[in-house]
Amino acid sequence: MTDFFTALELARFQFAFTVSAHIIFPAFTIGLASYLAVLNACWLWTRDRAYLRLFDYWKTIFAVTFGMGVVSGIVMSYQFGTNWSVFSDKAGPVMGPLMGYEVLSAFFLEAGFLGIMLFGRERVGERLHMAATAIVAVGTLFSAFWILSANSWMHTPQGFSYDEGGQFVPEDWWAIIFNPSFPYRLVHMVLAAYLTTAFVVGGVGAWHLLRHPDSRGAAIMFSMAMWMALIVTPIQIVAGDMHGLNTLEHQPAKIAAMEGHYESFPEGRAPLILFGLPDDAAQETRYKVEIPLLGSLILTHALDKPLQGLDAFPEDERPPATLIFWTFRIMVALGFAMLGVGLWSAWARLRGKLLEARWLHRAAVLMGPSGFLAVLCGWITTEVGRQPYTVYGLLRTDQSMAPLQAEAVAASLVAFILVYFFVFGSGTIYVLRLMAMRPREVDIDDIGLTRSAGTTPGRAATQSHPGE
Amino acid sequence: MEFDLPFIWAGLIAFAVLAYVLLDGFDLGIGLLFPFLKNREERHLAMNTVAPVWDGNETWLVMGGGGLFAVFPLAYAIVMPALYPLIIAMLLGLIFRGVAFEFTFRTRRRQGFWEFGFWGGSLIATIAQGMALGALVHGITVEGRAYGGGNWDWLTPFSVLTAVALVAGYALLGATWLILKTEGGIQERARQWSRPLGAALVLLIGAVSLATVFLHPQYMERWFGWPTGIWSAVVPFLLAVAVWQLWLGLRNEDDLRPFLATVGIFVLSYSGLGVSFYPNLVPPSLSIAEAAAPDVSLRFLLIGAVVLIPMILTYTAYSYWVFRGKVRPGEGYH
Ligand code: HDD
Ligand code: HEM
Ligand code: HEM
Repeated sequence: MTDFFTALELARFQFAFTVSAHIIFPAFTIGLASYLAVLNACWLWTRDRAYLRLFDYWKTIFAVTFGMGVVSGIVMSYQFGTNWSVFSDKAGPVMGPLMGYEVLSAFFLEAGFLGIMLFGRERVGERLHMAATAIVAVGTLFSAFWILSANSWMHTPQGFSYDEGGQFVPEDWWAIIFNPSFPYRLVHMVLAAYLTTAFVVGGVGAWHLLRHPDSRGAAIMFSMAMWMALIVTPIQIVAGDMHGLNTLEHQPAKIAAMEGHYESFPEGRAPLILFGLPDDAAQETRYKVEIPLLGSLILTHALDKPLQGLDAFPEDERPPATLIFWTFRIMVALGFAMLGVGLWSAWARLRGKLLEARWLHRAAVLMGPSGFLAVLCGWITTEVGRQPYTVYGLLRTDQSMAPLQAEAVAASLVAFILVYFFVFGSGTIYVLRLMAMRPREVDIDDIGLTRSAGTTPGRAATQSHPGE
Repeated sequence: MEFDLPFIWAGLIAFAVLAYVLLDGFDLGIGLLFPFLKNREERHLAMNTVAPVWDGNETWLVMGGGGLFAVFPLAYAIVMPALYPLIIAMLLGLIFRGVAFEFTFRTRRRQGFWEFGFWGGSLIATIAQGMALGALVHGITVEGRAYGGGNWDWLTPFSVLTAVALVAGYALLGATWLILKTEGGIQERARQWSRPLGAALVLLIGAVSLATVFLHPQYMERWFGWPTGIWSAVVPFLLAVAVWQLWLGLRNEDDLRPFLATVGIFVLSYSGLGVSFYPNLVPPSLSIAEAAAPDVSLRFLLIGAVVLIPMILTYTAYSYWVFRGKVRPGEGYH
């Protein structure tokens, strides 16, 4: 392997692989933590046991996912040093404190209250348990805040100077934290996490509705998820559009690559390329299917403003277009598909047929994993689009790397790939198995006074050992 | 008085690492003892004594590593590549160990496998940490602003010795934790293990200390020169007290004392390390002052640390309090 790839390429692939594996879990746990807080609040408010059942159902899934999020995250926090030590040395004074705040204000908070949220309802009472659940949800949002601030600063760095060692020296923390792309990225990512969760919950609800149309738990999940899809997707699309405009301002090369524009349009009137095959070697997009003028309209909100293509940038500063042209389109297409499902559900709901619309349920099952795919595509677009820089315009990726031999990186990369596929593959199977189980329904004997701790032992056993 | 920010931060990072070693130490220790537990029920019980708190314990590791990145980026940039295989091994071990908490209870057929993973992951992580410690004490070659040594510098007889010592130490922490959190047969056996483990640990600490002193003239000077040489009298004395307490606690069948005594042994050994290292962060040549980030960074994060660390300690203590008392079979958290 080391004959074919340089240490740099291997390290980049390793970073991309491990961080992509990691983001899958936060994308779900951020949304699910909030959903659990809502379910628990509904239970306390209405005292309807169906909500408690749903809480317990999703809580178990949350615990498994969260565990995987934690262990894959710990890997991330050490990767900066192991593979990108030059970057760590130079950008550490800026990035480090942001991530330090994430540890202090978010990770400890999540970890400190997670145990109580998962295991402590009987021990601390309903109120404190509710507080713990809400705190875990807030913790995941704090975490998103800081890590996205750090990441955004790498895209749109400001508020610093240099010292003799070539280190970035922070000057203005406010400017660093609230750097120009941060608000857009934060909103877009948090909404993405909520949508990811909504579509998973909706997919699971729809799956059970298809088999047991009278399942009350499934009906509640499905209905809640479809409200989210209907309301949040349009906001996400607007947020995405604004994010794109912001990127055009700060990273025009990335937009040119996303759009497949190799040539500039000095007079505006750029078309929107719907499909095509960007060819970085030839610097042109082949087999274009385009809509005239629309590109300029979307990007500059005018017909005749100039628009840069990749040819406006020196050759060694152009991001690769082939990949991100497609990842961007997949994300946007999924966004519109989500919107479609949301609108469809609204129409079914208006006609009072939300729980009977079998084709809608099938579509929702199909869309269950769509959030994960969109999140991954979005991140790939953002991160590959900022190449060849780690700190945009200032520190190149090939100057960020640790002094490692290709063999060492290759060996660890193989180990990561094997372990991740095995461990997270197993975890995914367990999660899917949990999802395939029906949320337990509110039966007559649950409502009676004889209920003890909530479960009879026999059932509890089947509950925790699904399948097999 | 002028605050010396790098110095304060060195103290805070040292504190985070110590907190990690103590907290994750006992739950890694339980992993190490897994093969010696009698049956599945006992293993689940042992796991359940740490299930509600392990994530918090491990967060101190993120604090140690992330903190180093934030306030001593140069040290982070030098140490991580130097210890590359160890760090990767540790991370992979922690993955198996961490997911086992949930996975063991999600499957029946593969339960044995994840229990094995819990043990293997704990063992690998412990060995990697022990070797990393040894490699650090042994010294790291620096060239300019980067690691200047080879791929295998971390592997020395000394680092093997520290790894063995840490395995014994964590196992003792785990055993004494079990004494605290369980009762009946499992507690009885944890008590029996603690004696040989304690004895082995004392011998290993002695061996590591002796070897350390002969590694570098600086260490020799520290331990036998004036005035720092006082430490070489005080630390062994206090260590003897802690060992004696451990022995008393085991003999009197106390629940808490053996654990506290083991914590004491760890704190003292750790402070011994501090004596050897200071004022270096990465021996033999990178000092705390050189490795530190600019003061602006240190000050900015210190504000957060001063406000948040007391809060963290409070709610961590609260969470331990919530789950206090013995864990009994059948009342597991799952
Ligand atoms: C938008 C959100 C987001 C993004 C972009 C990232 N993370 Fe993450 N991370 C979280 C959101 C999150 C979270 C929601 O807080 C997690 C996910 C599941 C979990 O257990 O907490 C988490 C866990 C988590 C942990 C374990 C925390 C613990 O011990 O409890 C670490 C060390 C990291 N992350 C570090 C990173 C690093 C170094 C990243 C960048 C390269 C990164 N994360 C990207
Ligand atoms: C969590 C979602 C994220 C995903 C899916 C993601 C994905 C990627 C991908 C695919 C690359 C490789 C680009 C290339 O080499 O062509 C990359 C690069 C990089 N990303 Fe991210 N990223 C994420 C978040 C972050 C965050 C939060 C940070 C920093 C705090 C970060 C720091 C970096 C760095 C330093 C590189 C350059 C190294 C490299 O090129 O591989 N990323 N990322
Ligand atoms: C259909 C409308 C959408 C548009 C116009 C849009 C637009 C964008 C743009 C322009 C970027 C790149 C930001 C950059 O240049 O750095 C981006 C990134 C991203 N998108 Fe979207 N997006 C849409 C839908 C979605 C959906 C539905 C999801 C997930 C559920 C999603 C998740 C993400 C993520 C995770 C990123 C990377 C993080 C970031 O930079 O914000 N997007 N999006």
